[in-house]
Amino acid sequence: MRRLRRQLARTWAALRCASGDDAYERYLAHQRYHHPHAAPLSARAFYAEAQQRKWGGVSRCC
Amino acid sequence: MRRLSAVLLALIAAFALGGVALHRHEPINALWIVTAAVCIYLLGYRFYAAWICSRVLLVDGSRATPAERLSNGRDFVPTPRVIVFGHHFAAIAGPGPLVGPTLAAQFGYLPGTLWILVGAVLGGCVQDMTILLLSTRRDGRSLGQMARDELGPLAGIAALIGTLSILIVLVAVLGLVVVNAMKHSPWATSTVSATIPVAVLVGLYLRLWRPGRVLEGSLLGVALVLLAVLGGGWLDQQSTLRAWFDYAAVPLAAAIMVYAWIAAILPVWLLLAPRDYLSTFLKLGTVLLLAIAIVVNHPTLKMPAVTQFIDGSGPLFGGKLFPFVFITIACGAISGFHALVSSGTTPKLISNEADVRLVGYGSMALESFVAIMAMIAATLLDPGVFFAINSGPGVVGASAELATHTISSWGFPVSAPQMQALAQSMGERTLFARTGGAPSLAVGMASIFGHTFGRGLLALWYHFAIMFEAVFILTTLDAGTRVGRFILQDLLGHVWQPLGRTSWYPSVLFASTLVVAGWGYFLYVGVIDPNGGVNILWPLFGIANQMLAAIALSVATGIIIKSGRVRYALVTAVPLAWLALVTTSAAWQKLTSADVRIGLLAAASDLAAKQAAGILTAAQAAVAPQLIFNQRLDAALTVLFTAILWLVIFDTLRVCVRRLRGLPVRGGCEAPYVPRRLEAALGAPP
Repeated sequence: MRRLRRQLARTWAALRCASGDDAYERYLAHQRYHHPHAAPLSARAFYAEAQQRKWGGVSRCC
Repeated sequence: MRRLSAVLLALIAAFALGGVALHRHEPINALWIVTAAVCIYLLGYRFYAAWICSRVLLVDGSRATPAERLSNGRDFVPTPRVIVFGHHFAAIAGPGPLVGPTLAAQFGYLPGTLWILVGAVLGGCVQDMTILLLSTRRDGRSLGQMARDELGPLAGIAALIGTLSILIVLVAVLGLVVVNAMKHSPWATSTVSATIPVAVLVGLYLRLWRPGRVLEGSLLGVALVLLAVLGGGWLDQQSTLRAWFDYAAVPLAAAIMVYAWIAAILPVWLLLAPRDYLSTFLKLGTVLLLAIAIVVNHPTLKMPAVTQFIDGSGPLFGGKLFPFVFITIACGAISGFHALVSSGTTPKLISNEADVRLVGYGSMALESFVAIMAMIAATLLDPGVFFAINSGPGVVGASAELATHTISSWGFPVSAPQMQALAQSMGERTLFARTGGAPSLAVGMASIFGHTFGRGLLALWYHFAIMFEAVFILTTLDAGTRVGRFILQDLLGHVWQPLGRTSWYPSVLFASTLVVAGWGYFLYVGVIDPNGGVNILWPLFGIANQMLAAIALSVATGIIIKSGRVRYALVTAVPLAWLALVTTSAAWQKLTSADVRIGLLAAASDLAAKQAAGILTAAQAAVAPQLIFNQRLDAALTVLFTAILWLVIFDTLRVCVRRLRGLPVRGGCEAPYVPRRLEAALGAPP
């Protein structure tokens, strides 16, 4: 039962990572670790910036 | 143990390929092809890709990647390889591998299938993996930047112009595919229109209510889009409502241009980003569903292995097997466009150089498998039905009786009542002359899905497939127009500096209008062309895409030779030589052939002569001047593409010869070696 639950949690985490759902949390972790004294962006600002960056160039193919 | 599994794989591949070869004159089961394909990809991945990584590219797992060195928590993020694989596959898989094989099915299932397999394993996968590694070694530089740094400014500009022109042709031909799927089909038109407000809603959800909650937003959007498919079926039954969505091709083309123009100037979060999430989910889901359905249902292919149309008289597009099958199937075998994604976005996520084999080679092998499935979905239809759906009225005749008579006379029996019954079961008034490949693919997919998941829902599956392709295509349309705008602004910035500012509204409006006008023109001419338009535009797209692949392979070959491993440069030089041969001979035939179905100039002169002699009908005469001008313009574009191709090849040769004679060459821009410190425990903050 516990193993099943751990497996499910791992799948969920992978799904969130693959879809970019947890991008902000990963960014916060990065900021805390590398720049602990700088104020991180808010979720909304981070997301706006990420989208602008992602669709600023060739991101999709034919 | 590993050796044993490899021998077993090789035996299965040989057995399945033998099965395909020996069943030449009787119907063959799709499972033979699926088995052969999967084994060939696995063998290519296990041996060829591994050999290239260790001997040619000198992949070094101890070297830090830019994702580690430049890690910033934003675009440079070391990511587990399976997830990068998913991202990369979602980025490279578009409508191309669905449409190309469907068109090439006119030659029979065998030529296209063989080219998809061989082209991918020896060409496309190698190109994607090589460019991915080279860009990873250069801090994620784009293909154009690498061409400039490694070969010279000429190659850099050629790559930029090549990218812009392929975007224009690509968006035009994809627009044409959607228009042909939606014309006089209220169900398809209403469903596809509904995806726009759904995308905006998801955009607002992700921006305002739950910032960045991509999974929730996407699931909400997918559910709404599926409801829209059901709603379209209901709407199709209402006589007043259905009239609102019943349009001919020209107004639909105009609507798509207006839509794309608006989408290109709106902020990305409102329309483009959420539409992309939706299309990625639908794409992955549908590809998985199709694979399951093909294996469960294992249909028999009704198309012959090789048809008489290899002589160049095919109804979908004119031209012999060589070189046109290699031009028609670009995505799925080798696609230059992938080099743009493999350089730039993906390299910034790679956490270990060794991952390029799975991400670069593996993603392309999977995309190639999607092309194989599209080929199966097209060739499991009755050949008569396939040709009736995909042939323009200019080729087979405008009325149902005339068209079925012409097609039956080729040896592919089909009748008007049969087509009527099929259209009715798919919830359409007619399926004749729906050129572009999407509708016949949708009929094929609907029949497999219908067989596997419930027969009574054919019409629903058909419109689901149409919606899925349209969402895909509209995403490419939006993204393509936007990227075209950026490139154009970059070029215009050299003429007058303010035009280069990507956030200055007058410049944004101006460049967007130019880009939409560029592809809108080709779309319009394609729509009014009585031969279906696709027969002209798709080969042009194929030539452009292979040209871009040749540029990418030139850059790769140049870099390998500069590194001193001349012998190993054959790995990229052989596919390059093959592409140069195929592209140039296709371009030569498009320019010089006296056959009006192949030669662009011959067709223009023929139409001009007929117009002068006054033997055209009123409808034909009305569009003749535009068609004549367009065919000459397409000829000029073909010359341009071929010129760019040879310019880059000669530039590469120049650099290689200088290097071999010991003369100084450009230094290149490979980042210096830094040892890797990142541990396998990814996910923890780097």
